Amino acid sequence: MSPAVTASGLRKNYGDFVAVDGIDFEIPKGSCFGFLGPNGAGKTTTMRMIYRASPIGSGSLNILGHEVGGGENDRKIKQHIGVVPQDDNLDQELSVRENLEVFARFYGLSRKQAKARAVELLEFVHLTERADSKVLELSGGMKRRVLIARGLVGNPDLVVLDEPTTGLDPQARINLWDRMRDLKRKNATLILTTHYMDEAEQLCDSLVIMDKGRIVAEGAPRDLIKQHVSSHVVEIDLTGRNPAHRVSDGAPAENAEALKELESLAKRFEQHNDRLLLYVDNGEEVVTRAAQLLPDAETLLRRSTLEDVFLRITGRGLEE
Amino acid sequence: MVTTQFRKAATQLNLPGDINLTTALSVWRRNLTEYSHTWMTNVLPNFFDPVLYLLGMGLGLGMFVGRGVNGLSYIEYIAPGLMAASAMQGASFETTYNVFVKMNFAKLYDAYLATPAQIQDIAFGEQLWANTRGLIYGCAFLLVLIGFTLAGNRIITSWWALLLPVAMLMTANMFALIGLTFTASIRNINYYGFYYTLWLTPLFLFSGIFFPLENPNMAGGHAATIAWFTPLFHAVKLMRGLAQGPLDWSHAVSAAWILAVSAVLSVVVPRRMRKRMIH
Repeated sequence: MSPAVTASGLRKNYGDFVAVDGIDFEIPKGSCFGFLGPNGAGKTTTMRMIYRASPIGSGSLNILGHEVGGGENDRKIKQHIGVVPQDDNLDQELSVRENLEVFARFYGLSRKQAKARAVELLEFVHLTERADSKVLELSGGMKRRVLIARGLVGNPDLVVLDEPTTGLDPQARINLWDRMRDLKRKNATLILTTHYMDEAEQLCDSLVIMDKGRIVAEGAPRDLIKQHVSSHVVEIDLTGRNPAHRVSDGAPAENAEALKELESLAKRFEQHNDRLLLYVDNGEEVVTRAAQLLPDAETLLRRSTLEDVFLRITGRGLEE
Repeated sequence: MVTTQFRKAATQLNLPGDINLTTALSVWRRNLTEYSHTWMTNVLPNFFDPVLYLLGMGLGLGMFVGRGVNGLSYIEYIAPGLMAASAMQGASFETTYNVFVKMNFAKLYDAYLATPAQIQDIAFGEQLWANTRGLIYGCAFLLVLIGFTLAGNRIITSWWALLLPVAMLMTANMFALIGLTFTASIRNINYYGFYYTLWLTPLFLFSGIFFPLENPNMAGGHAATIAWFTPLFHAVKLMRGLAQGPLDWSHAVSAAWILAVSAVLSVVVPRRMRKRMIH
């Protein structure tokens, strides 16, 4: 089966600023593919090139079998793409239902079809009872669901979701994840950008991590973790200790001893002031030893996450 | 989720300049939907604008302009020109503030562009809508003038007046395109201060609505020549000719002037909008 999207050597400059610096990727049909990275990594620019809001700089981009080139096929391509943008750009002057009906017309649906489609989608995002509300009256989570419904009015083969859950409360996020899983079951190809590692781990079959316009890692979430960090992390917080023992207050000798031993137990050891990160495969053992060595520190054992991968690869956190 | 079957936009009618008419009409229809909610606050106030001028200037000032103009009473003289101004204002308001807000604050065009809609469809849809609004204002004002005519004023005195809606559309269309050109060229909404005060207001005052420009004492006798190069002058001339006659070749020239400027701007507007919106 041919891939839904293929990019090779894809670049995009804004003046002197290189937003996307020659990236290659292939998105299989029917999969959920993630673009991760900090603000300014080039994710949104890449999305905009895919959903044809933005011309490509150089390189090549093929979407659903159409070469993007100079934009000659944009109408054809966009007919099959649905977009859920990062910003709320719902039509504030219209009701929820009218929003969906107006956008359905852009995809060539007749008046009758547009009405039917709006009813269908309102049900899909569980907003039937708010159909005639003004957009202004909706909560953030509801607006995001309307945006998702609007992105689906054209019955797309490819759905692009740009940070769909940023700024939502946990309940609204979980609700949106369910909708995205529904979409996956219907064999739509999903492209997702997000800051949230748990979101990517939950939803994405494979993903790329972008930084400064480049792809710095790619693979399935679990593989990436296996490949770049150990299976577990022991976090040790020293701030609760007697001030005299804090690393930031001059790292007294007894600490240094303990830290040295812990470092020898870890595959990788990182120290951020009073916070220690030990990347280990034998988590239980290390966390027990850490508790013995530093009895008044707080210790925590957790599974490694994509966030650790990201820290490892770029040397900084995602939300920095 | 059942999948509704529907036809694909690719098979729909394309106009010159790769404008998809179906998509443009969707933009138009969206505005109609908004309008149907807000016409009380959106339409009504602007409609009173020219009516107030007609009453204030025509009846009020008219009392002091005893000898009238060109054999007409003052209200009879200014009425057709105010109809042109009415069409101009309807189209201008739509393509200035309304389009600016949709484009820059509401980010609505970004949303449209994520669908099969292209920027030229959007621009044309807004242009059609501005024409509609200009036509609505013009016709509403025409009804007022017909009322004044039935009450004994010689305002609408020619059968050519049947073509007035066409002239309104031409006027609205030209000012819609001028408005869109300006809107696509600015980044700050405050620039409309210049557009209204230093462009539309002078046009309103010096395009032959309120006094004849063919006067040897006015701008050294060149007032009409200068005004010939500005857009509202031709719309006023056309409206007056159609409403009251007599028509001559100069009216055909004015019609051609309006169509020519509109044709040029029809090429300029999509290009400017593209430059503004597509990066």
